[in-house]
Amino acid sequence: ILSYPRHPVLKKRDDFEDVLEERRRSSDLRYALRCYTPTLYKGLVPCKVSVLKSIVLQSDHLQCVIKQVSSESGDSTECVAEEASLILDEMAHRMQLSTVRFFVFTLSKAFKRLFRSVCVNEEGIQRLQQAVQEHPVVLLPSHRSYMDFLMMSYLLYMFDLPLPVIAAGMDFMSMKFIGEMLRMSGAFFIRRSFGGDKLYWAVFSEYVKTMLRKGYAPIEFFLEGTRSRTCKSLTPKTGLLNIVMEPFFKGELFDVSLVPVSISYERVLEESLYARELLGVPKPKESTSGLLKARRVLSEDYGSMHVYFGHPVSVRSLAEGKIKRSQYNLLPRYIPQKPSVDTHEFLNDAAFRLVRIQEENMVLKPWVLIATLLLQNPDGMDLSSLTEQTDWLRHLALAFGAFLDWPDHEACSEVISCSLALHRRLLSVSAGHVQLSVTDAPQVETTPEEAVFQRAVVVLSCASYRNQILHVFLRPALLAVAMQSANSSRKDDIYNCFNFLRNMFSNEFILCPGDSVQDFEEACYLLMKRGVLQVLEHEIVMSASGQSTLAFLCSVLDPFLQGYQVVCRYLCEETNENLTEKEFIPAVRSFCFVSLSSDLQKNALAALLRLKAVRKVKV
Amino acid sequence: SGLSQQVIIMATRIKYICRHQDEAYKLGLSLSFRQEIMKWNGWGYSDSRFLFNKKGQAEFTGKRYRLSGLILPSLKDWFEGTFGANLQHKSPATVSQVAVAPPNLNEPFIEDLKAAGVAASHDPEDRVFRAHGHCLHEIFALREGRIGRVPDMVVWPSCHSDVEKIVELACKHNVCLIPYGGGTSVSSALECPHEETRSIVSLDTSQMNRILWIDEKNLTAHVEAGIIGQDLERQLNEHGYCTGHEPDSMEFSSLGGWVATRASGMKKNIYGNIEDLVVHIKMVTPRGVIEKSCLGPRMSTGPDIHHFILGSEGTLGVVTEVTMKIRPIPEYQKYGSVVFPNFQQGVACLREVARQRCAPASIRLMDNEQFQFGHALKPQVSSIFTSFLDGLKKFYITKFKGFDPHHLCVATLLFEGDRGKVLQHEKQVYDIAAKFGGLAAGEDNGQRGYMLTFVIAYLRDLGMDYYVIGESFETSVPWDRVLDLCRNVKERIVRECKERGVQFPPLSTCRVTQTYDAGACVYFYFAFNYRGLSDPVHVYEQVEHAAREEILANGGSLSHHHGVGKLRKEWMKESVSGVGLGMLKSVKEYVDPQNIFGNRNLL
Repeated sequence: ILSYPRHPVLKKRDDFEDVLEERRRSSDLRYALRCYTPTLYKGLVPCKVSVLKSIVLQSDHLQCVIKQVSSESGDSTECVAEEASLILDEMAHRMQLSTVRFFVFTLSKAFKRLFRSVCVNEEGIQRLQQAVQEHPVVLLPSHRSYMDFLMMSYLLYMFDLPLPVIAAGMDFMSMKFIGEMLRMSGAFFIRRSFGGDKLYWAVFSEYVKTMLRKGYAPIEFFLEGTRSRTCKSLTPKTGLLNIVMEPFFKGELFDVSLVPVSISYERVLEESLYARELLGVPKPKESTSGLLKARRVLSEDYGSMHVYFGHPVSVRSLAEGKIKRSQYNLLPRYIPQKPSVDTHEFLNDAAFRLVRIQEENMVLKPWVLIATLLLQNPDGMDLSSLTEQTDWLRHLALAFGAFLDWPDHEACSEVISCSLALHRRLLSVSAGHVQLSVTDAPQVETTPEEAVFQRAVVVLSCASYRNQILHVFLRPALLAVAMQSANSSRKDDIYNCFNFLRNMFSNEFILCPGDSVQDFEEACYLLMKRGVLQVLEHEIVMSASGQSTLAFLCSVLDPFLQGYQVVCRYLCEETNENLTEKEFIPAVRSFCFVSLSSDLQKNALAALLRLKAVRKVKV
Repeated sequence: SGLSQQVIIMATRIKYICRHQDEAYKLGLSLSFRQEIMKWNGWGYSDSRFLFNKKGQAEFTGKRYRLSGLILPSLKDWFEGTFGANLQHKSPATVSQVAVAPPNLNEPFIEDLKAAGVAASHDPEDRVFRAHGHCLHEIFALREGRIGRVPDMVVWPSCHSDVEKIVELACKHNVCLIPYGGGTSVSSALECPHEETRSIVSLDTSQMNRILWIDEKNLTAHVEAGIIGQDLERQLNEHGYCTGHEPDSMEFSSLGGWVATRASGMKKNIYGNIEDLVVHIKMVTPRGVIEKSCLGPRMSTGPDIHHFILGSEGTLGVVTEVTMKIRPIPEYQKYGSVVFPNFQQGVACLREVARQRCAPASIRLMDNEQFQFGHALKPQVSSIFTSFLDGLKKFYITKFKGFDPHHLCVATLLFEGDRGKVLQHEKQVYDIAAKFGGLAAGEDNGQRGYMLTFVIAYLRDLGMDYYVIGESFETSVPWDRVLDLCRNVKERIVRECKERGVQFPPLSTCRVTQTYDAGACVYFYFAFNYRGLSDPVHVYEQVEHAAREEILANGGSLSHHHGVGKLRKEWMKESVSGVGLGMLKSVKEYVDPQNIFGNRNLL
């Protein structure tokens, strides 16, 4: 199910339908109050929120951990049980249909103002309707914006699907009123870090598993763990994935369906906020007043939004031949067990593949192509050459299997001018010349630092659009760079180089561990099909006409190569023996103001640590 | 008892002949008497079978069973509804006998055998009859006139010393021996390995069928291992005793077979399983005779050598004589049944009964599908009054008590002992059941539940006449995994059938059939309509294989009492570890270095 089609280009995707259209025609109030009768899981054991809580607290698993913790800490079991109960109170959702209806009403209003359209693949919805009845479902949306989970619940309500319970970060709870509202619409809150806290982990995992086993509601969480500030998919986390798979591993459920959902925005609401964050301006704390201030966003045009519900992935089929379920036979199932090495590998692999499915189903807008080109031409481009090159790039992207939402009946120049208009904040157009630039910055005198900072914001904002298409070009681009740096046409040499780069960048991009050969072959295949390369038995030869494509692909990876070089240079030149991790990012930033994004710096450091080029010493 | 009398007379006559004539070898033919009254390509007695009569009503022929001669009005609807079968679509057995290759005889062996005066035969019918057990694929092939390698000859030892002679000669002439008891194996244990090039001799123990002595002081009986379950029980009953060992196959299976497969009886809660019942075992191996030196009830003399024999599945030798415990016939027997609103509640009740260690002689919990199956076997009611009463009961349970007829399930009970205690025990069990929402549902339902297990194999033959094939299999599992295992295995079966192109949802049903302190034995029935499939047996085998994988993945055992045979051999290493398997192999190597007992089961 998760193996890719050998020819990614042939991937068939569903059609979209705009769900806002209907909303623009009829009353939102009546809509929010309409009769909601969701399709239900066939094995559903209906239970109230309060009953759910006592089931969790009484569970053998939690009772076992309470005893363990009590004997380790010396506190009485009652005391530990009380603590568990408090943790659960802090965590648990209190879903209420009335609150959901309130959200449906307000979100209908908001979405209509923000978006031109919200497009959903209805076939995906139908598949989900089927899946929901058969087995407990886990929804795995991509995470680019706060909007994601509001939109998910909104859509599920709209299509009479059971409303999900959503794993949300604790940060929301600081927004007092909103936090509670979210809780009442199905969010449950988990602390960002609780590494060694056994009790917390037990309460949390038992809570999620209980809901799953009872078929209480679909569980929704973000594989990436947090919003991606760069619009590039983040390396997935496996903790929650393990929790939702374990009831299958232990035979408590026949199967669990995982549904990857790809949510793509023509313009992300948090666009410039993210860029600033990446440049070291701390993320504004979530607060209700902050939210009210952010009302400003309501007045802007965010274009269209696409939500693609992927094919449900059966955990059972995924684990077939990879997980030996009988490994759980010799221990009572309520005793918590750390995942075995094999299980861990499986989880990791599954997580990567699911994120790749998310990536593949992300809808790309023409602007993504334009941003890619503008970033490669810092001095700007003539409109005519931009148009020409965008058209070229469009065909390349399509040949590589990109899910491009290009208006069919409009002229290329028309499409481009529309895109430029929507993103006018990031660029300037004068006399047929397009350039990335700060347009709405105050024209008062700025210090040189500030000017660089403003420019950096624009570049990073723009990069976040280019990043959306990276997964399409990534493998061929790695091959292009490998060919350039291998200085040989021998297949083995090129592969070694490819493998090195792939390894180097595996914190930066979604590259499934162990898929090296497959990725290499895919890259060869795509470039061969495009007439860029000839792949012989032992050699790879560039075709005469392939020069421009290879050059383009190389420059796609260029900013990343440069960034990693800067980090390496810094580490080589840095004389301070005791550099702490905290100091690292500001230090690199001041070392070279151009290697901007903290995301890249973190990834580079992680890669160097992984490759044992840098050593971490605990103090 | 007429039957067993006849057997005894026959056996005596044969013995006489063997001793006094040199022609014993030819006369082997008349020894195959039991097969004369049994089907050659189906289950049980030739005179007993299900059929749909001209009116389309099901009836059970013959006179042997409670159901015999009765009309079963609801079976047709159940059958058609459950399998999507149609009485117009028939798939009768195509041949009345199978052709077999000429035997590969070891002449010197036969010469010596004649000299030793052991009865033998190489008549094709005798050989075919002993070439198979009752796995679906075996019976299906027979109905189509196909059979693989069959034994080259059959020998009938009449006592322990005959067996010693046979084994000695087999070693001398290097022939392969396959012990044969009642022939009820469902693990491909009787299949002749096709790679075997030596002459294969089926060693039929049926003539070693006497009770040699009964010791009333110690309550033991010494019995020849070829005796068939029902004969053993009947003969002991004549003396006022019983063994209480009643596997569902007891009409046909033999004592030696029970020992060789670690059999389990329905009433094990009172009497124990076969390993609890045996006091002493005598087995003839190529190395000689293995037995203990006394009849002490328990010993601490290293690993119990009985446990090399129990479950050895004919790979080490022939069990010839067994001393086993006997009990006085119980004064009183009472059936009973309890209806539960759902399977979960039922399992919870059985678990509680096991916790309190107050299980009746037998307690079984059937799931909803099996409950409905049982109902389809209800004979035509004799009066309007009974049918009215039935209606009233149904109304009470479904409408008044609110039980969903598609979820309710039923536990069947059998109590045994002296009257006072039985009644007291009964109350205790019904009180526990009430705590789990169980309602007493009468003796009749209980008794019918047990009947199902005796006629199920006959029903399979009926199914095969109408494109329906099926089989049963079993496992044992810790209490906390019973529900998950039942659900997952049943669902896996349904799913595998669908994926393999079975047109109609299969019957996939289970019952918790035995309770233990630490877990339960679960029994599955699985059957489907194979119209439209080109190789139904292959599909069947794939599904059964998947179901077994599912059982193992859910913490169930490879087998509770059917054994391993050749059917489940592939999982032995996984089940008992490499070292465990190595231990068993080294025993085999020591006891039977020439692989005389070459049925290739188990290891």
